Amino acid sequence: MSAAAPVVELKQITKRFPGIVANDAISLTLEKGEIHALLGENGAGKSTLMNIVFGLYQPDEGSIEIDGKPVIIDNPNKAIELGIGMVHQHFKLVEPFTVTENIVLGMEPKKGLKIDYKSAAEQVRKLSEQYGLQVNPNAKIHDISVGMQQRVEIMKTLYRGADILIFDEPTAVLTPQEITELMAIMKRLVAEGKSIILITHKLKEIMQISDRVTIIRRGKVIDTVKTSGTNPNELAEKMVGRGVTFKVDKQPAHIGEGILKLSDVRSKSKDGVPVLNGLSFEVKAGEILGIAGVDGNGQSELIQAITGLRKIDSGSITVSGKEIANLSPRKVSEMNVSHIPEDRHKHGLVLDFTVSENMVLETYYKSPYNQNGFLNKDVINQHAEDLVKQFDVRTPSIENKARSLSGGNQQKAIIAREIDKNPTLLIAAQPTRGLDVGAIEFVQKQLIAQRDQGKAVLLISFELDEIMNVSDRIAVIYEGQIVGEVFPQDTNDQELGLMMAGSLKRGGHADV
Amino acid sequence: MSRIKKIFATDTYIIPLIAILLGFLVGAIVMLIGGYDPVAAYSALFKRVFGSPYDFGEAVREMTPLMFTGLAVAFAFRSGMFNIGADGQVMIGMTAASVVGIKLGGVLPAFLLVPLAVIAAGVCGGLWAGIAGYLKAKRGINEVITTIMLNWIALFLSNYIVRTFLLLQGQNRSEDNPASLSMTFLFSTFDNARLHWGTVIALAAATFFYVYLWKTKQGYEMRAVGLNPHAAEYAGMNVGRNVIKAMFISGVFAGLAGAGEVLGVFHYQSVFAASPGYGFDGIAVALLGLTHPLGVILAAILYGTLTYGSAGMSFGADVPPELIRIVIGSIIFFIAAQGIVRWVLKPFYFKRKKEKVL
Amino acid sequence: MKKFYQLSLVMVMAFTVILAGCGNNNNANTNAGAATTAPTTDAAATEAPAATEAPKAVKLGLVTDVGGVNDKSFNQSAWEALQALETESGAEIKYLQSKSNADYEPNLNQFVKGGYDLTWGIGFDLGDAVLKVANENPTANLAIIDSVVEAPNVESVTFAENEGSFLVGVVAGLTTKTNKVGFIGGMESPVIKRFEVGFKAGVLAVNPTANVTITYAGAYDKPDTGKSLAATLYDAGNDIIFPAAGATGNGVFNEAKSRNKAGGTKVWVIGVDKDQSLEFGDDVTLTSMIKRVDEAVKKVSQQVVDGTFKGGTTTVLSLKDNGVGLPETSKANVSAEILAKVDEYSKQIIDGTITVPAE
Repeated sequence: MSAAAPVVELKQITKRFPGIVANDAISLTLEKGEIHALLGENGAGKSTLMNIVFGLYQPDEGSIEIDGKPVIIDNPNKAIELGIGMVHQHFKLVEPFTVTENIVLGMEPKKGLKIDYKSAAEQVRKLSEQYGLQVNPNAKIHDISVGMQQRVEIMKTLYRGADILIFDEPTAVLTPQEITELMAIMKRLVAEGKSIILITHKLKEIMQISDRVTIIRRGKVIDTVKTSGTNPNELAEKMVGRGVTFKVDKQPAHIGEGILKLSDVRSKSKDGVPVLNGLSFEVKAGEILGIAGVDGNGQSELIQAITGLRKIDSGSITVSGKEIANLSPRKVSEMNVSHIPEDRHKHGLVLDFTVSENMVLETYYKSPYNQNGFLNKDVINQHAEDLVKQFDVRTPSIENKARSLSGGNQQKAIIAREIDKNPTLLIAAQPTRGLDVGAIEFVQKQLIAQRDQGKAVLLISFELDEIMNVSDRIAVIYEGQIVGEVFPQDTNDQELGLMMAGSLKRGGHADV
Repeated sequence: MSRIKKIFATDTYIIPLIAILLGFLVGAIVMLIGGYDPVAAYSALFKRVFGSPYDFGEAVREMTPLMFTGLAVAFAFRSGMFNIGADGQVMIGMTAASVVGIKLGGVLPAFLLVPLAVIAAGVCGGLWAGIAGYLKAKRGINEVITTIMLNWIALFLSNYIVRTFLLLQGQNRSEDNPASLSMTFLFSTFDNARLHWGTVIALAAATFFYVYLWKTKQGYEMRAVGLNPHAAEYAGMNVGRNVIKAMFISGVFAGLAGAGEVLGVFHYQSVFAASPGYGFDGIAVALLGLTHPLGVILAAILYGTLTYGSAGMSFGADVPPELIRIVIGSIIFFIAAQGIVRWVLKPFYFKRKKEKVL
Repeated sequence: MKKFYQLSLVMVMAFTVILAGCGNNNNANTNAGAATTAPTTDAAATEAPAATEAPKAVKLGLVTDVGGVNDKSFNQSAWEALQALETESGAEIKYLQSKSNADYEPNLNQFVKGGYDLTWGIGFDLGDAVLKVANENPTANLAIIDSVVEAPNVESVTFAENEGSFLVGVVAGLTTKTNKVGFIGGMESPVIKRFEVGFKAGVLAVNPTANVTITYAGAYDKPDTGKSLAATLYDAGNDIIFPAAGATGNGVFNEAKSRNKAGGTKVWVIGVDKDQSLEFGDDVTLTSMIKRVDEAVKKVSQQVVDGTFKGGTTTVLSLKDNGVGLPETSKANVSAEILAKVDEYSKQIIDGTITVPAE
């Protein structure tokens, strides 16, 4: 119990990948019973470092000490043996299995040749009591919430006897309530003698929960500070390498004529459940309309209906006065509608295309990219070079696959492509999801710049802060209906929260 | 030159090379266990292929349908589909070429008849594959299942057509087909080996494959659909239409293989007991060729060499010809299990690194 | 640039292996005479003595259809005949199995261009290929079983399968308890048609009320198809099946064996081409329609050994020539009365009293 032996000590870890140094002589100590945050932008090298600790990568140089003893961790099993557990950002659970089955998977208690599920369930129950992790041991994974799934992930590591827990961006997929619960769980774990490394780029969480913060930028440790002795602005500056403002600067809107108009739009899901339930609103030129709402209240369906990906049963959708309901996506796109999709990997990019090819994903068939059926590679590449430069997309070259870019740069590429189309209507669905502070700032500035150029911008986001900061007007969606329209300056989080929960209606043409 | 270097100097091209070497090695080990002489066997294999102009010509004949079916499978694969039905499409192509060649033989002059028969084979093969494409696009039915089922339908339909409309009296085959793709001017050089224009068409098809997929607007769409149909749909591409089109083109390649066989090799069509299996070999060829047209051509050359040479192995070294299947199987295994190949290569990588440090 | 080194490395490695291979090859050739390295196949075993004893051994090649020399029937008979000849006269023999129709020509050519004194094509399907190769190589000698090839350097051998099949039909017609017998053909062709027609005529000659079911497997090399067709026929009440389908027929025997083992109605198979009771046992083999492919192959091959081969003629081997018939072993399962009946019909066919239809 001497103060001289931290639970984990990383000494001068260096890891090179072709073309980049992902970790450059990184040193870091984790003391017993501490929550140590690892802060950095996407691509700063946090995940590489943690993968080294978890035995997924081998460092090129440097050493690791656990409890003061030097160790070589050459595979995850070794890491588990040493008491290291990792809670991945993307859960690694077997969906049709129960909670208990997932927790004991690979280390099942046996009775003869059979798995002893009774004692397994008992152990799971004990663990859940000890750490305040509420789970139903017999529920199937696909039946439980995301927050609950994460708790299962945590219990998996505890069941394997982990004393050192690594959380990789644990809040990215959680609702605000679930985040609060997770914080409590982490506190409890630390109180029980565990040590935690928290990888994140969310400053709010770091300030709330961590004891110390190590900031990494471009593979190098910038600083390690006590959380109590710092503030979000200082952290952000260290992370990004320059000053960051959290307040979004914007001039008052110059609102023009109506561009996008929806009236009484109705649509049903495949199972016949109404998902858009008589939805009406309008977005005018020069304004950003933010759609606030809890996930699953028709946001995705709304975007699909506007962009032509979903058929609507009744109602009308017009852009600049022309009806676009039930047109093909290409026809809608040709009405000068741009769309930054919610899921950039699935819908926004062809990850195995080059950056250059992705830049013309919607315009490849037009001149000058297409000449008599053949693609003009020179023009396409020039176009990509221009956009990459203009929007500061960081990629080794435009010939690199989109897959190799960091999340923020992928999003920049999409935004570059969509804005380059010079749309009259720009739809941005969750445009900052999973991005770091620097990238968020960039994206939001671009949205505001578009609005200042007189474009109509429709912003859909689950982040209330974003809705409040960026929008000129807010419409709240609940069960496929707009239940309220407010101006950000006239409202607050609490009121919006109530409307999002469906217990308050206000203003606008909610009940048309 | 530097560009060529770039193409070949990537891991992707080294792995198949090593996999081929390992495949031969496994074959050699099996031969040793069986008490055969691998060196004699392999030299007999290559001697059979390169030993005489006739054998070389016949080996090329063996490679040709594999090029076509390899391209067919690879093309569908690039568009996100698994065309197991190249076999059936070959049969349909054969039958179309037979019907056109035999029935219009007396009516049309050769310079019209031959191209027409070839085109008919391609189009019919394409339409046959298009059925599976249509069912996938419009009804969401998995193309693996439909193409397998269509293989059987194609086999029996072809046999029915040959028996009913084209049969040569007293024989188990169609009448002679007057349309000929044979390269008769090469027959004296190659000792009557059955060389035919199909090989040239196959090379042209590979070129088309490359240009179409990587240089044209439609190919761009097809690749996008193949790599990420969701993003393609969001970007306004018609996914269903691309699926049908990709299957059609894939089927055209396979159908042309049929034309080559009927018009170039046999000059008649047999009643088949089982489908000739070119489609299934095509899957292996496409995999071996990393679904790239150049790779497919090279893979077909290798595969054809091994298959044709296997008879030489039994002739020259008394090694059972089935053994070559072990070699081919191992090569494909090593390509699929790239980890093993990387592991074999590891010492070389290390060496390089150390040199650099020094 | 480093990628380039990497590539060169692999290339060098590849060439080393190839060169090493070539080097060893030479050694192997020179050593072959001194140290006999595991000659495991029959062909290889006798190749060496043949080469040393006779200065110029006669070389005989044989190309099978897709069935291969282990089909327990047709191709095997032919190959066994050559093997017998090898022991008797020291001829050098070798076979090549065809994987598909496309292989017939190169396989025949392998022998013809390899200077073989006689090249056999076994089976009706090889007719076109034999004709083409014979025309392209007028100095080579070829022979074919079951097909007539009109070329001066080809000896064709066919059989009166209808006559032999008539006789096994007589046995079947008199033996059946269910009054139902089945026939499974390989693929529809004039040869198999002779089996079918002769068999049916034989059954009906002695048992006009019997029911003869005719089916075709569509293949000579699919025992699984044979098995399932046999199951269908037996299920339908047939108790005797006559398969004329090469290796496909093995599946019929297989099915019959498992049925007899399981009990129930006793079922029979009539063997084809060879005396198949030797292969599959007397418990399922009622009798066999022997087609003396071996005799034919031996006879024509012997002409080459003796230097009397002419070519350009067609030999039809019938009951009269002992080219088709029933084996001695038939008496194990066929009663003496029935065999007497068979003899009676046999005589009538030979003296022309009865003409067995052929198609």
